[in-house]
Amino acid sequence: MIVIENVHKRFGSQVVLNGVNLTIEDGKTTAIVGPSGVGKSVLLKLIMGIMAPDAGQIWIGDDNITAASTEDERNRIRGRLGVLFQAAALLDSLTIYENIAFPLEQRTKLSRQQIHSRVEFMLTSLSLESYALNLPQQVSIGIRKRVGLARALITEPTTVLFDEPNTGLDPLVGQEVYDLIRACRERWRFTGVVISHEIPEVFQVSDRVAMLLNGDFRAEGTPAELRKSADPAVQQFLKGSTDGPIKIQ
Amino acid sequence: MNGLSAGTVAAVERLGKQILDITEGWGRSWIFLLRTLVAICTPPFRPYLLLTQLMQIGANSMVVVALIGMFTGAVLAVQGVYTLSKFGATAYVGSMVALSLIRELGPVLTALMVIGRAGSAVTAELGIMKITEQVDALRSMAVDPVRYLMAPRLLAGIIAMPLLAGIFVAVGIYGGYFVATSLLHMNSGTFLSQMDASVDWRDVYCGFIKSLAFGFIFGWVACYKGYTSGFGAIGVNKATTQSVVTASVAVLIVDYFLTSILNRVLFT
Repeated sequence: MIVIENVHKRFGSQVVLNGVNLTIEDGKTTAIVGPSGVGKSVLLKLIMGIMAPDAGQIWIGDDNITAASTEDERNRIRGRLGVLFQAAALLDSLTIYENIAFPLEQRTKLSRQQIHSRVEFMLTSLSLESYALNLPQQVSIGIRKRVGLARALITEPTTVLFDEPNTGLDPLVGQEVYDLIRACRERWRFTGVVISHEIPEVFQVSDRVAMLLNGDFRAEGTPAELRKSADPAVQQFLKGSTDGPIKIQ
Repeated sequence: MNGLSAGTVAAVERLGKQILDITEGWGRSWIFLLRTLVAICTPPFRPYLLLTQLMQIGANSMVVVALIGMFTGAVLAVQGVYTLSKFGATAYVGSMVALSLIRELGPVLTALMVIGRAGSAVTAELGIMKITEQVDALRSMAVDPVRYLMAPRLLAGIIAMPLLAGIFVAVGIYGGYFVATSLLHMNSGTFLSQMDASVDWRDVYCGFIKSLAFGFIFGWVACYKGYTSGFGAIGVNKATTQSVVTASVAVLIVDYFLTSILNRVLFT
């Protein structure tokens, strides 16, 4: 379970998060949605512990990552997380195979043979066998996202964070990524946090949805509950309308 | 406000902010250096990453360094013959070429070449890794970017620079020797014997220590500027330019102080 308690974050005079609270239940996937620039990715970085909040706490299971005083302690907590970055963020100098093997080589004491068999399994599971020896820049963004997902899952994390998983993809590849996330979730049973502004596509993989607006969660519930919300801001966002209380920045 | 105009107050505020920013930047860069040095000296060590960087910073710079060395030596010989002939001292061309290259031009020109070729590449690579979230990805995978990215580059710079300077000097002396003896018809025995008589190990130590210092400056500035680069193409562009300019200027300033100190320590 991830618990976000009264988290504040500002950059200079700009308040991004103003005391946000959210509980992400085990085994469920929660989508954090909202217009561009409302602080969704900032919240994700706070959960990962690569950015510190000005105030508030974030619990990942029994560990408070915001209270971790050393990088080693944060790394221990991060060991339970897998992250799929917006543009996959694969290491350019490593092949697809090496990128997937990377977290195991760095984080675990598995033998070369054990790492090889796990990477082979992951390559097969995500249909990446034929790309194993390619460099990231030699494959399409859709393949890179798949590799990013394989890298996120290879350590069998309890929680996987997805930052805008289908941004920059055409509708077909975007759908493929969502199908893949759903299939992986059923197979590996992780807790998911999906950051997105792709409505309604993100609802396919979400058990719960929380909408971030003006530094706080404006609405929270199941996708069906959000669709029925009487809040005009929620309805405006879901419909993608320019008329309503949300001002386009 | 006590007779001070709003414009004056704003100007003082701007100046104060700039001083604070510069001080903060200095502090950050020293903390960054300290973290990188700790990462170099403590396990886990990653020799493969060091070898990769030695290849990119050192081996891939060899041809250009040798080429520049060859022509620098050749120019020194031509200028030496011209200048020393006015004093009837052309016999000392070999000494002039060797001492200039070993003590000064070898370390300095090698450093400037490596900063231009590899320093800009290191800064741009790290900057792009930052803006494409590869650095964040490392941290999310519990890998310290300073240990994984910066430490091998800084160490490779410190190791590669003296080796490259050695190549520069060796090829430069050969270039000077070739021009002096083949094209300017100087006696080869005179060139070599005068060189042998005037160069001693303290000159080599002097060049070696300078190269180590310049390798250190190269790695520190290139890595720090890349790691702290701004976002977007403009951010990386700015960081790369700043990296080359800062490191080049620092090399020339440090060269002056090192020369003064080493002359005092080694030659008195």
